[in-house]
Amino acid sequence: MIRQLFQYKGGVKLPEHKQQSTRLPIQKAALPQRLTLPLQQHIGTPSTPIVEVGDSVLKGQMIAKAASLISAPVHAPTSGRVIEIGEYAIPHPSGLKAPCIVIETDGNDAWCDHRKPVGDCHDYSPDQIRDYIRNAGVVGLGGAGFPSFLKLTLGNDRVVETLILNGAECEPYITCDDILMRERPLEIIKGLMIMKHALVAKNCVIGIEDNKPEAAAALRGAIKELAVEVEVIEVPTRYPTGGEKQLIKILTGKEIPPKALPIEKRVVVHNVGTAAAVYRAICLGEPLISRITTVTGALKKPANYEIPFGISAAELLAQAGVEESSVERIIHGGPMMGFSLNSVEIPLIKTSNCLLVTDKKTVPLLDKQQAHACIRCGSCADVCPINLLPQQLYWHSRAKDFDKVQDYNLFDCIECGCCDYVCPSQIPLVQYFRFAKTSIWQAEQEKKQAELAKERHQFRQLRIEREKAEKKARHKAKAAKVAANNSENSDKKQAIEDAMARVKAKKQQAAEASPEKPESGGNT
Amino acid sequence: MLTAIIILTLLATVFGLILGYAAIRFKVEGDPIVDQIDNVLPQTQCGQCSYPGCRPYAEAIASGEANINQCPPGGEATMLALADLLGVDPQPLGTEHEAEPEATVAFIIEDTCIGCTLCIQACPVDAILGAAKQMHTVIESECTGCELCIPPCPVDCIVMQPVKQTAQNWKWPYPIHTLEARK
Ligand code: SF4
Ligand code: SF4
Ligand code: SF4
Ligand code: SF4
Repeated sequence: MIRQLFQYKGGVKLPEHKQQSTRLPIQKAALPQRLTLPLQQHIGTPSTPIVEVGDSVLKGQMIAKAASLISAPVHAPTSGRVIEIGEYAIPHPSGLKAPCIVIETDGNDAWCDHRKPVGDCHDYSPDQIRDYIRNAGVVGLGGAGFPSFLKLTLGNDRVVETLILNGAECEPYITCDDILMRERPLEIIKGLMIMKHALVAKNCVIGIEDNKPEAAAALRGAIKELAVEVEVIEVPTRYPTGGEKQLIKILTGKEIPPKALPIEKRVVVHNVGTAAAVYRAICLGEPLISRITTVTGALKKPANYEIPFGISAAELLAQAGVEESSVERIIHGGPMMGFSLNSVEIPLIKTSNCLLVTDKKTVPLLDKQQAHACIRCGSCADVCPINLLPQQLYWHSRAKDFDKVQDYNLFDCIECGCCDYVCPSQIPLVQYFRFAKTSIWQAEQEKKQAELAKERHQFRQLRIEREKAEKKARHKAKAAKVAANNSENSDKKQAIEDAMARVKAKKQQAAEASPEKPESGGNT
Repeated sequence: MLTAIIILTLLATVFGLILGYAAIRFKVEGDPIVDQIDNVLPQTQCGQCSYPGCRPYAEAIASGEANINQCPPGGEATMLALADLLGVDPQPLGTEHEAEPEATVAFIIEDTCIGCTLCIQACPVDAILGAAKQMHTVIESECTGCELCIPPCPVDCIVMQPVKQTAQNWKWPYPIHTLEARK
């Protein structure tokens, strides 16, 4: 059956630069002496450490547990000792520090012994499978790192018609999914079958850009070998086909409205790398402790490296033969959606799909230091895959008019960078959009903070009122008591006076009677 | 059966009318404009506007007694939001006011603190913890940065520190580039 493919609006054709990192097979990165594991390597709440400094840990042992529903645990990538829990720079555009667990590796790479591989996933209920995946710390390896078990959960009365595996990998330079599909297709297909079971999905489709024929062939071979029903579909190479909603549109023709989730249209998309991680979690009992990362650009040995999480970018770049003198910038992620690193002393994490080294000669980058005024050419709107009006967004972001910019659906922008790429005036459009988005988030945060302060202030005023009232009441009570005391005292006084009066009276009586006495006595 | 339905319907109507009447008769007279103004203010409760807190300032604005440019913690954004809300022209901030004031929180140098509790009494949002003769601490997430606790401290052990930047509250900078005219 030839499937009808659809096309989303917009997008751009980009130079691919993918060959250089696919010449070599997957390289195993040498185990470094230290691994620095951020507690947050995923979208959601940072995990909570469950080890202490000085503890010995084994490979695969959980060292931090999920802190909430939207969170993921972290496991030790190798055996060793926890030497510190502290703040280290993380791979983030801000270059800021965040809490990390630091492990000194012992070189034994000894596995912990409570691995429980599941033989056939069909012996387990979808719920049990989800729990396994959750405890294995599996997150989406395609980009954002959203905890995977959540995307394997059906809402009430929801049916999944199509489970899509995303092997499009549309961003230039990145080839970690390509190489994984070529070398480990069985893992991917087995993982896909587990996901299918968890979601009770009807069909499975794998979407691959047509610039990866080897990967498609390898997957087809694996599907044949396992005798399962999965369709591999080659889609035209165009950026950003790997975007979730774009791929859904191409493969199914369905449009996912802004803010809606694909599952509302009975579709779920997972990355091919995530499928392999699910296979390892379920069939081998291996939590997510490593991934494939593309290291490419101006290097001696560009390739895909299988890295333990926590390895520093500096270490990996050294293994890939970086020539420091020629380095201009190091980008975490791809050239379109990634960000420059301020320092290479950062650990690589679950979402680190690529390190791109640029120099001025071989990898020129759009460096937007000099922009011209917008000429309202409209090219940006033509290429926007979300149908936004980047020029308007730019205008209002620049003016910091955050209400207007939201009227133009700023938050639907996926920051793909297409508009930026085509803008003849070299305006750094995405930078403006990121600035606007994070400013709005910050303002919302401040608003919440203000609400809280208001409540606390009102509460304090009430408390002071109450305390005043209580004090008053206490004073009153005291005054009453004093008064009561006084009256009691006067009673006593009265009693004393009475007593004294009685005594006096008696004395007087006695005095009146006594003169007779001597007399009588004298008489006798 | 029919009687039951009729009786219930009648009862429903009667109670409905009573409720409707009560809603009109006993309407609580709130002041929505003061609430709206108060919602725009930063709730720092610092008193720099010369009113004892944000709500009194909101009341003063509503009554036309105060200008909309008297809140330093709010900066330009608050002034513009007030202008927008009230439909008046923006008023320039005083020169001593920053357009985007830096957010700070109080920090007590605990070694120096003598536990006099004076700061607790000054804090408008009860963000300071401690008991008499024990060292005191500021709950960072609750502190509004109003600085009201600083003057009362007899040993000057409270300092203001910028709010800690994390990956969560970090903001992308405003793009810096030159804007060249086309030739
Ligand atoms: S592409 Fe650039 S110059 Fe053209 S309309 Fe968009 S922002 Fe303006
Ligand atoms: S970055 Fe945003 S506005 Fe620009 S093309 Fe992509 S989705 Fe559209
Ligand atoms: S200056 Fe601003 S933050 Fe401070 S009390 Fe007045 S309105 Fe509130
Ligand atoms: S006012 Fe100063 S010394 Fe007194 S309790 Fe507060 S911080 Fe401590």
